[in-house]
Amino acid sequence: MDIHEYQAKELLAKQGIRLPRGGLAYSPEQAAYRASEIGGESWVVKAQIHSGARGKAGGIILCKSEKEVEDAAEKLLGARLVTHQTGERGKMVGRLYIEETVQIDREIYLGFVLDRKEERIMIVASGQGGMEIEEISEKEPDSIVRQVVDPGVGMLDFQARELAFGLGLDGALIGKAVQAIMGCYRVFRDYDASMLEINPLVVSHDEIYALDCKMSFDENALFRRPEISELRDKSQEDPRETFASDRGLSYVGLEGNIGCIINGAGLAMATLDMIKIAGGEPANFLDIGGGASPERVAKSFRAVLQDKKVEVVLVNIFAGINRCDWVAEGVAKALDEVGVPVPLVVRLSGTKVEEGRRILAEKAPSVIVADTLKDAAEKAVAAWKGGKSASEAA
Amino acid sequence: MAILIDETTPVLIQGFTGRIGNFHAGEMIDYGTNVVGGTTPGKGGQTHLGRPVFNTVKGAVQETGAEASIIFVPPPFAADAIMEAADAGIKYCTCITDGIPAQDMMRVKRYMRRYKADLKMRLTGPNCAGTISPGKAMLGIMPGHIYTPGRVGVVGRSGTLGYEAASQMQAHGIGISTSVGIGGDPINGSSFKDILQLFEEDPDTDAVVMIGEIGGPQEAEAAEWARSHMKKPLMAYVAGLSAPKGKKMGHAGAIVQAFGESAQEKVEIIREAGHTIIPNPASFGETVEAVLSGKKAAA
Repeated sequence: MDIHEYQAKELLAKQGIRLPRGGLAYSPEQAAYRASEIGGESWVVKAQIHSGARGKAGGIILCKSEKEVEDAAEKLLGARLVTHQTGERGKMVGRLYIEETVQIDREIYLGFVLDRKEERIMIVASGQGGMEIEEISEKEPDSIVRQVVDPGVGMLDFQARELAFGLGLDGALIGKAVQAIMGCYRVFRDYDASMLEINPLVVSHDEIYALDCKMSFDENALFRRPEISELRDKSQEDPRETFASDRGLSYVGLEGNIGCIINGAGLAMATLDMIKIAGGEPANFLDIGGGASPERVAKSFRAVLQDKKVEVVLVNIFAGINRCDWVAEGVAKALDEVGVPVPLVVRLSGTKVEEGRRILAEKAPSVIVADTLKDAAEKAVAAWKGGKSASEAA
Repeated sequence: MAILIDETTPVLIQGFTGRIGNFHAGEMIDYGTNVVGGTTPGKGGQTHLGRPVFNTVKGAVQETGAEASIIFVPPPFAADAIMEAADAGIKYCTCITDGIPAQDMMRVKRYMRRYKADLKMRLTGPNCAGTISPGKAMLGIMPGHIYTPGRVGVVGRSGTLGYEAASQMQAHGIGISTSVGIGGDPINGSSFKDILQLFEEDPDTDAVVMIGEIGGPQEAEAAEWARSHMKKPLMAYVAGLSAPKGKKMGHAGAIVQAFGESAQEKVEIIREAGHTIIPNPASFGETVEAVLSGKKAAA
């Protein structure tokens, strides 16, 4: 789960990390008022969206007067910003963060991740801040310093010191950098973060400030981090995904036209692959989970059909513990309750598959039944192409 | 022989009397697994499904001689259950639980380093379907009847995709020595490489199918290792061709974050290491059949 920059900064502030003074605004008037509260002669108006690279997308505007702040806010609020991380739909700007400007003497990159090779928290830092880490590793790989945290003892001061010296800092800045790094580590550890990135961390008049900050959190740990769950901003999510996740379904919106309902994440990914190989494009990933009860099947149909681009629905269930006859009843019931206005291809496999197919033939005769994974993908693509050529002919 | 479990392995169910543990314990017993008891803290002394219930894993191991365990404990308590098993002298544990926080798994892995190699518990999962040695024992939640006993090893992250592969192999008359689920989480007990090592040493396994997916370095690492350490043929499929970068595809670990983590990149790395690629998820059966018959023809 991602949070906004201003929320991340509130978490950092609690750990004593120095930040430029700033305030949140929901309207141009409020933005101008925040600027007057902060004081000074220049401010940055920063669009709060769940994405990096906001600057390049025009989401960060430097202003020299309160009037400019107001104009910038007017321009940004309600706009959709498209960055290389948001996809082409972009993300809606509903909140702004107004911040004082800080003189930048040096820019540093500081990132915390769960490293999957080490299976530990890893800190990655570079004296070449301001660029994205991918760019740093490409252009300045030698500038990167790393530390891996032993979960038995946690991050140690000397590790933070090694990072600080490795970044070329000296004098009083070493202690200040160590404080900042240890503070970030505590945020990461105590809130079950999965990613924390400060880019840039800047040196300004012999102080160290976090100028920008991105954080993501481990969804599996939200049960014990209610203070993080509260920071969720649904306006930043794909509305299709919000609808599904509110109903306990694991759903990812994609760009194609073939809606998918599958049990198991791996089989779902594989079915999407098969659709692509058969010449189609999936509209979504949806893992219905182990149960595949009639209620869950009905919810899944609702989630998939929310997406108006969907022209065919493919159901692929491998009934292990489940039984195909139950799943078939579920599909028939869902068809009655939800109404599926597009062609529906169903592939059942596993326990009691014959009974399942018989039930579908009796209770849901409009369903296109498929035998194998390949057959299912091909029939779904054929139904989609058939529908397309029919509508083009009309 | 098979790897990890067979019909003689005494098995303990952690989370025995819960709804899910209870159901799958019944299935495992029906399959012929040597279930010797289970644990549910506070219910020690009771009998469940004709087997004794214990308060602690240590107590259960002392009384029953259990060597393997399967965990159905809810996510907030599952990491603790794994460490309890490790400390009680369980040799092999599979954790079915989905939803364990990543930092809990980091602590588990760190904790297990306190044991010397010969005393260290082997863990597979979490977030997996378990392990089955067809015809011998089932330590998992899979439908046992889709697995035919045989000589091909299977290791994969996903449960249902593993079922798909097993049933395609069954349709082609190909049997399985052991099928191991390593789970869909970013931090897991055993990697692909760990399991490939066991299959390479197993005299009853002739070839291995690896079913990977997007995210993380393990498929590539396994392919590299197998290039120089494995004599048996390795076949691999990687799911997630259509997964966009930075999106979690169901499994906590199925997310492309870095170079080399996409399905296309992993397939290239595996192919480059000289292994057979299973080109699509509908061709498990025919690819394995072709590789096995090629091997016979060559021999």
